[in-house]
Amino acid sequence: MVKHAKPRAFYDEFFRRGPGEKNTTYCPGCGHGNAHKLIAEAITELGIQDRTVFISPVGCSVFAYYYFDTGNVQAAHGRAPAVATGVARAREDAILISYQGDGDLAGIGMGAIMHAANRGEHMAVFFINNAIYGMTGGQMAPTTLVGQRTLTTPDGRTAGREGFPIGMCEILDKLTAPVFIERVSLGDPGRIIRARRAVKKALTNQVDRKGFSFVEILSPCPINWKMTPVEARKWLIANLEPLFPLGSFRNLEEPPAAYGYRKPVSDQELLEIFAAEKSLNLESRRGLVEDQYVKIAGFGGQGVMSAGVLLANCAIAEENNATWLPSYGPEMRGGTANAGVIVSRDQIGSPVVDHANFLIAMNGPSLDSFEDSVVPGGTILVNTSLIDRKVRRSDVKVLYAPLTEIAAQAGLTAAATVAALTMYAAETGAVSLDTIKKVIPLSIKKKSLIDVNIKAVDLAAEYHANNLRGQI
Amino acid sequence: MDRQLIKGNEAVVFGALLGGATHFFGYPITPASEIAHAAAQYFNGTGRCFLQAEDEVNAINMIYGAASAGARVMTGSSGPGIALMAEGVSYLAGAELPAVIVDVQRAGPGLGNIWAEQSDYNMVVKGGGHGNYRNIVLAPFSAQEMCDFTYRAFEIAEKYRMTVFILTDAYIGQIMEPVLLPREVRHAPRHDWAVYADRESRGNLVTSILMSTELLSEHNWKLQEKYKKVEAELVEWEEYETGDAEYLFSAFGICARICLSAVHELRNKGIKAGLLRPKTLFPFPEKRFRELAKQVKSVVVVEMNNGQMARDVEHAVRCSIPVLRYNWMGGMVPSTQEVTERAQKDMRG
Repeated sequence: MVKHAKPRAFYDEFFRRGPGEKNTTYCPGCGHGNAHKLIAEAITELGIQDRTVFISPVGCSVFAYYYFDTGNVQAAHGRAPAVATGVARAREDAILISYQGDGDLAGIGMGAIMHAANRGEHMAVFFINNAIYGMTGGQMAPTTLVGQRTLTTPDGRTAGREGFPIGMCEILDKLTAPVFIERVSLGDPGRIIRARRAVKKALTNQVDRKGFSFVEILSPCPINWKMTPVEARKWLIANLEPLFPLGSFRNLEEPPAAYGYRKPVSDQELLEIFAAEKSLNLESRRGLVEDQYVKIAGFGGQGVMSAGVLLANCAIAEENNATWLPSYGPEMRGGTANAGVIVSRDQIGSPVVDHANFLIAMNGPSLDSFEDSVVPGGTILVNTSLIDRKVRRSDVKVLYAPLTEIAAQAGLTAAATVAALTMYAAETGAVSLDTIKKVIPLSIKKKSLIDVNIKAVDLAAEYHANNLRGQI
Repeated sequence: MDRQLIKGNEAVVFGALLGGATHFFGYPITPASEIAHAAAQYFNGTGRCFLQAEDEVNAINMIYGAASAGARVMTGSSGPGIALMAEGVSYLAGAELPAVIVDVQRAGPGLGNIWAEQSDYNMVVKGGGHGNYRNIVLAPFSAQEMCDFTYRAFEIAEKYRMTVFILTDAYIGQIMEPVLLPREVRHAPRHDWAVYADRESRGNLVTSILMSTELLSEHNWKLQEKYKKVEAELVEWEEYETGDAEYLFSAFGICARICLSAVHELRNKGIKAGLLRPKTLFPFPEKRFRELAKQVKSVVVVEMNNGQMARDVEHAVRCSIPVLRYNWMGGMVPSTQEVTERAQKDMRG
């Protein structure tokens, strides 16, 4: 029996480090070697080598992919849980390992780990806590002890200046989604055996699709602690363990929530979801005489946006081009909402209606805002239900109509803009009333409102024919 | 009624799904939020994956992960969010991963405001993050192109193993126009470099770290060769009335629409104006600008920024003709009339 055979989940030769290379990049007495071996053994025992994707972090273990004969992705500093999330969401069968140091996980990557844990992402996170930044040469970590000297706390960490060391297991234990949280230590062989069990449990949870599993591993860093490997393990037990108590924080049988993957729809179903409405069989298609620049303005909730959409839809149903642009940018002012619609037979350049040739003013502020911008010879439709004053300009045609009252008569005051659109259509002939009536059922989500809107069209058309035709 | 009235920001999502996108990771930001809204509805609704990330930094790293696993993955954001993603985009470039990012530009700097600007040009077209890398940048100017460009973007991204940006603005995002949707659903092929969590791909590694100066130098030169190939193969533009043009407009996004109207207005006044609209900002239609520089008297570059594309036009024409800059900032959008009146003076001068 070979006692010290390398687990199969390790490469036999670390070819990515160099041809024939058998040694790791880690310093003598470093805990990463132990932690790597525990993980490699568990992968091998569970038979998940092919399915495993190991996310290498930034830190001393940045080259973990030299060693693990699994799928490998190297991540930006602190982002291993986000990268693992991306892989996990793309490959449901994958076993994700996010392996991170204390700076990576609890410093720059605090947001990433908290949210991955909170979503209960399917990953095993191995958090190597050695209370110092190793790769960059020994700076303070979020887990550095108060009083501990590092390159960036040369006189020792002080709680008042740098804050207290962060206990990640304790913090994560406040979240609902994680299924497994345990803190272990590499301080001596007995502790390593317990660590081995925790590592294997975290990976077994992935095989069982249980979800987010977190193992914090207190690990020695003799070089940066400026100790011998033996001293370092003793110091770890004496100083880190009292502050970061070992043990199981959580071990759930069932995940608190399961993510329900929905089966992807077929190509045919996808095409159907996006398919256009069938032909409307329009009665008449009036030829557009001139390009239309329409501004529909009112207060929010009056339906000016959807009336604009309705007009644009009618225009394209009649095989013209149309653009619809909501009130946006500096033109939005005075508490009014407005939409600009352009209808043309040709390609439409600027979609901005700077100077309308037809203004629908649904309330007073809208008339105040846009009266001056209408082109000479253009038309203004004034909703007399809400606007007391007359149009001041004499070089435009004006239509006065109690739009809100007409809509109320139809049974829905919100249909006032539909009444306005009807009068616009009746006046200009830019779209036919038949088209409006056929497009309304397609653009109104609440089916119960279709009839009242159609009635508003009829009443408005009647009002226009009786009262406005020929009006100057 | 094959054409449907669709908002630019939604056309992006329809184009993406029909183009085979399976994953969307994003964070809400005005004026790009409608992309996330539509993605949440349609990606999850069709058995694909939409996930709202905790922030843009992690969103781009989720994209990095999903792209590593061979998925067609995207996000939509705006300036401040794109800036937060810059590190991740650099990693995507280093690791040569394909991804699609839509930038619906707003006004800056800082929190700026939510109205339209085109001031992310330098950040997006020149790279944005650290290192010697480029992004492929497509510049739609209509809802139709928002759909079409996104539909095509995934295959372009995979072909070159690069990030493809859809660089647009708040106007093109908000506009509703008739759109004809693609009639064929595309899918990502299996890539020999991706990590699929299976035996066949077990030996694959996605990384951007190369500690050896020789190897990183070699990698950088390889990337530069790739960018040259992109320049040779992918450049696209559209011209209007350039046949006999004496004056040339150039613009992208909403400004190209305004210039299109200005060209017609000026032609009506007897001024021979034309428009060259780059559809790709990287690669940039340099050669065509250089050719037209022999024909036209000047180029007017209309932008809602401080003249960021104008520098590329100046470089393209090698300063052989005047390059005039018409710039608006802070969310101000020029009217056709403003552009026309100003051009009328400059083009007669």
